[in-house]
Amino acid sequence: MSTPDTANSTTSGGQKANKKRLIDALELDTRLLGMIGAFIVVALVFNVLTDGRFLTPRNIFNLTIQTVSVAIMATGMVFVIVTRHIDLSVGALLATCSAVMAMMQTAWLPQYLGLPLGHPLIPWLAIAAGIVTGAVIGAFQGWLTGYLLIPAFIVTLGGLLVWRNAAWYLTTGQTIGPLDPTFQMFGGINGTMGEFWSWVVGILATLAALAALWSKRRDKLRHDFPVKPLWAELALGAIIAGAILGLIAVLNSYQVPAARLQRDFAARGETLPEGFTAAYGLPFSVLLLIVVAVVMTVIARRTALGRYIFATGGNPQAAELSGINTRLLTVKVFAIMGALCAISAVVASARLTNHSNDIGTLDELRVIAAAVIGGTALAGGIGTIYGAILGALIMQSLQSGMAMVGVDAPLQNIVVGSVLVLAVLIDIIYRRRTGKG
Amino acid sequence: MTPLVDIRNISIAFGGVQAVDNVSINLYPGEVVGLLGHNGAGKSTLIKILSGAYKADSGEIWIDGKRATINSPRDARAHNIETIHQTLALADNLPAPANLFLGRELRTLFGFLDDSRMEAETTKIMARLNPNFKKIAEPVSALSGGQRQSVAIARAVYFNARILIMDEPTAALGVHETKMVADLIMELKAQGLGIFLISHDTREMMELCDRVSVMKNGQLIGTERVEDVTEDDILSMIIMGKKADKAA
Repeated sequence: MSTPDTANSTTSGGQKANKKRLIDALELDTRLLGMIGAFIVVALVFNVLTDGRFLTPRNIFNLTIQTVSVAIMATGMVFVIVTRHIDLSVGALLATCSAVMAMMQTAWLPQYLGLPLGHPLIPWLAIAAGIVTGAVIGAFQGWLTGYLLIPAFIVTLGGLLVWRNAAWYLTTGQTIGPLDPTFQMFGGINGTMGEFWSWVVGILATLAALAALWSKRRDKLRHDFPVKPLWAELALGAIIAGAILGLIAVLNSYQVPAARLQRDFAARGETLPEGFTAAYGLPFSVLLLIVVAVVMTVIARRTALGRYIFATGGNPQAAELSGINTRLLTVKVFAIMGALCAISAVVASARLTNHSNDIGTLDELRVIAAAVIGGTALAGGIGTIYGAILGALIMQSLQSGMAMVGVDAPLQNIVVGSVLVLAVLIDIIYRRRTGKG
Repeated sequence: MTPLVDIRNISIAFGGVQAVDNVSINLYPGEVVGLLGHNGAGKSTLIKILSGAYKADSGEIWIDGKRATINSPRDARAHNIETIHQTLALADNLPAPANLFLGRELRTLFGFLDDSRMEAETTKIMARLNPNFKKIAEPVSALSGGQRQSVAIARAVYFNARILIMDEPTAALGVHETKMVADLIMELKAQGLGIFLISHDTREMMELCDRVSVMKNGQLIGTERVEDVTEDDILSMIIMGKKADKAA
């Protein structure tokens, strides 16, 4: 693997070597850079094709809220695929969780617990019930896979039919709604933080990221490990801070339409003051995705569970001989996947403001595609949480962009399918060239 | 002196095939006992019972004169039994420190993985075992056979093994690296570890071991002190499945 490097620096001379040294100094993942590059290209191309409508605050806002549901599940799919399994049931499981939560809000809690509609406990009890449902069903599928040794492909293919129709059975196929107003806050446009709190969250997130960078550096210094040059560390910090605060600034510049403000004020019995404007800011659903991403990344990198997930994916036999209970691990991985399906169900049904019978249809394909485009290797052992989220964002950008350009629906799906295959091909070539995994 | 390990009348069958048939072997501190035999003679299976990968159908394992129950790799580790498996049980996608501490990670106060400390400890022990070892942070898939082997050995040494099982530790190695492993075996033996060694190389076994046991078709043919027999005696035990008529 050192041969191509040396060949590069000797033949093509200074500039290339300089660029390489810059990337090395920043210790950036070249794969991550490639994906960000791909995303930027997609965004710019669509921006040109749509005469600048793609990169407006409004469309970026919409893109983020459309990505959340698939992105949340994609983080769980990383663990599933890393352990050499697959979950084809996530869309159907999302539907079952959504059905349970919708029925809890509109029927079961009011009827059996006597909570009146609109009671403040209703959304939270419903969400808790949904997450428990998702985790238990996931754990069950994990048990079938890990302990009874039925291939995950079969378990979850069966699950796809079972849970899709369990949802149908629970709701007798009806659309259930409207959902609780507090619950609907998780859907995107109906629940945003406004300008002030968005900045607060953005600044806190920036500080947390910088603190993490700093403590990592201090930790390395304490053990006398080599560290990046200080300028590289500062540059990385500046890039991260810029990205977070930039996103907040964009979301904060999407103004609530005057008509809607007028309606909101009228509903409260007030009149809209002259010249009053308000921005949407950060949606709660996006905040939820960020929290999920951070938690999943911490699990992957800093906990024994995450270490065992990657070790098992790399060499299941070695993991077992090291005393890791790989069967129980499978149950845990699928339970996490199930719980994340439930969280996605909150976002997806809240966004629609009701539970519909076809919610989450074909999500399994989007979620798997997001994870795979994000660099998760189907052979197991390799994958990142941020990659899966970026994968989901790239897929959603393609889909939305094509819709805005006016590409016919069948052509949209043909393109998305082709991109998936192409992304995996590029990934294979990349791995072969760099000798990584 | 009580033996460190006393394996008594162990049997195990896999679907009608008697892989290990009523085998008894023991091991004393500071001793290297070699297991010889053809492929499929039952050496690896026997050793996997001791390391907790398989559970015997019948028989007993005594450690330090006490009956031990070993149902899992974890149980074996609790008895300070460390195994270097033939297939090099390493997760290729993870770097050396993650492999060395796999299943026994060092934690911070809050229960998170303490990767820096694991990396520092790995650097320390590798400096002792294999001074050429530099690729601490890279996945072990990027390492040579010898370097991978030293990761596997480091794992056993770091956790203060008292009983070490080495299943063909030099099979994938070059001359220089084989010598390194041989030196290490002698060093560990001098420290009072008991070592079970499996190999196909009879000459190597005659040099490294104090006693050798020969197995064939799951049965123990016999155990001999190396100074009492010749290489030919051992070879005929392996091939004929009979105890040699001792010349002397």
